[in-house]
Amino acid sequence: MLAKRIIPCLDINKERVVKGINFKNLKDIGNPLELARYYSNSGADEISFLDITASYENRKIILEFVKSVANEVFIPLSVGGGIRTIEEIQSILAAGAEKVSIGTSAVQNPQLIAKAANKFGKQAIVLSLDVQRSSSMKNGWEIYINGGRKPTGLDALEFAQKIENLGSGEILLNSIDRDGTKLGYDLELIKLFNENLKIPIIASGGAGTLENIRDAFTIGGADAALVASLFHYKNYKIQEVKKYLRKHKVEVRL
Amino acid sequence: MITVIDYGVGNIKSVQKAFTKMGIKSIISTESQKIEEATKLVLPGVGNFGDVMQELRKLGFDKILITKIQEETPFLGICVGMQILFETSSEAEGINGLGIFRGRVQKFTQGKIPHIGWNEIIPRKSRVLKKGYVYFANSFYVVPKDDSIISAETDYFVRFPSAIEKDKITAFQFHPEKSGIFGLNILKRWAKC
Repeated sequence: MLAKRIIPCLDINKERVVKGINFKNLKDIGNPLELARYYSNSGADEISFLDITASYENRKIILEFVKSVANEVFIPLSVGGGIRTIEEIQSILAAGAEKVSIGTSAVQNPQLIAKAANKFGKQAIVLSLDVQRSSSMKNGWEIYINGGRKPTGLDALEFAQKIENLGSGEILLNSIDRDGTKLGYDLELIKLFNENLKIPIIASGGAGTLENIRDAFTIGGADAALVASLFHYKNYKIQEVKKYLRKHKVEVRL
Repeated sequence: MITVIDYGVGNIKSVQKAFTKMGIKSIISTESQKIEEATKLVLPGVGNFGDVMQELRKLGFDKILITKIQEETPFLGICVGMQILFETSSEAEGINGLGIFRGRVQKFTQGKIPHIGWNEIIPRKSRVLKKGYVYFANSFYVVPKDDSIISAETDYFVRFPSAIEKDKITAFQFHPEKSGIFGLNILKRWAKC
């Protein structure tokens, strides 16, 4: 059967990997190329690059990193952050990425997802949603855009269902409440989306322990888990996580 | 020379990069003449069965491919490059595939769709495959009339053919070029056999 994926996430800012808490207070983690190489050699199923400034300069830097990584690491790479046009997607895929993740632009221009999926295939298009708990939303979570800074008033689940129909192949579900906190993934959030969507779900935000990662799969029903702080700060190695998961009957690629 | 066919759909470069990494020379070509001269052919493919077939027909590559395959030039189809070897697909009703093999292409009916991620290939008898995890990204899979052409299978709610080998034709539903060292070694064995 299909293995559950462990995806290290590299937030890129000016040639460096950084990591924040609740999308703020950035700390320097290291060199993107070295980290990508290290994670790939230690069993990552995919590597996710996130352009956290989405400036012209930063995008150029990330494309260069992706090109270098794609020459030596033959696992899927994904790139997200500030992607607005078909041309940008084209250049990212041409640099060697397998997929792009699109958030803010999907909210502002849902047709971009339809066009991109039609041109590059669903498997290349990941809908990336930054969401926060909100009692005023019908299903309990609100979408934020512009790097988690701007509320949209959109119900996250309803919007995801709409974009699923337009053609995104996966959804990357980022909990702003849990981001960088190591308090565990928001399991209710993952469960809600898992039960109401057909496309694979990548859980993101909050991994702090091995149990947290297991729960994202066994309780939440996620298909993949994005992990940043836990690996960056060397709390665990990817293989340790996978061995633990296998021991708990979660199928992984070891 | 291994020639990777570029027909404007999908990321062709990653396949070439994978060969290069394994010390194997290959060229990417958009020209009929180069494809006709190839001693080994690779047809990558992502996206929609119908789009891929229409592009191949527009460029006249469909006829060249059929001829080359009949002449027993070693051929490797990847992902949709595997699917178009069959007659029809429920992804694009009314558009015929190359029809090298009898059978159709159909959509998964259970589980998350697309089937994305690492899944295990279980070889039956194969010149190039071993048991292990490879990277998939597909919503559709082939259903051959002739069961004996299947060289590996994979489980995803159903057991589906993840590879085909028949004479000089090899085809994978998965992406060896995205499957780490394990996948690179598959490409190397294909190139050498």
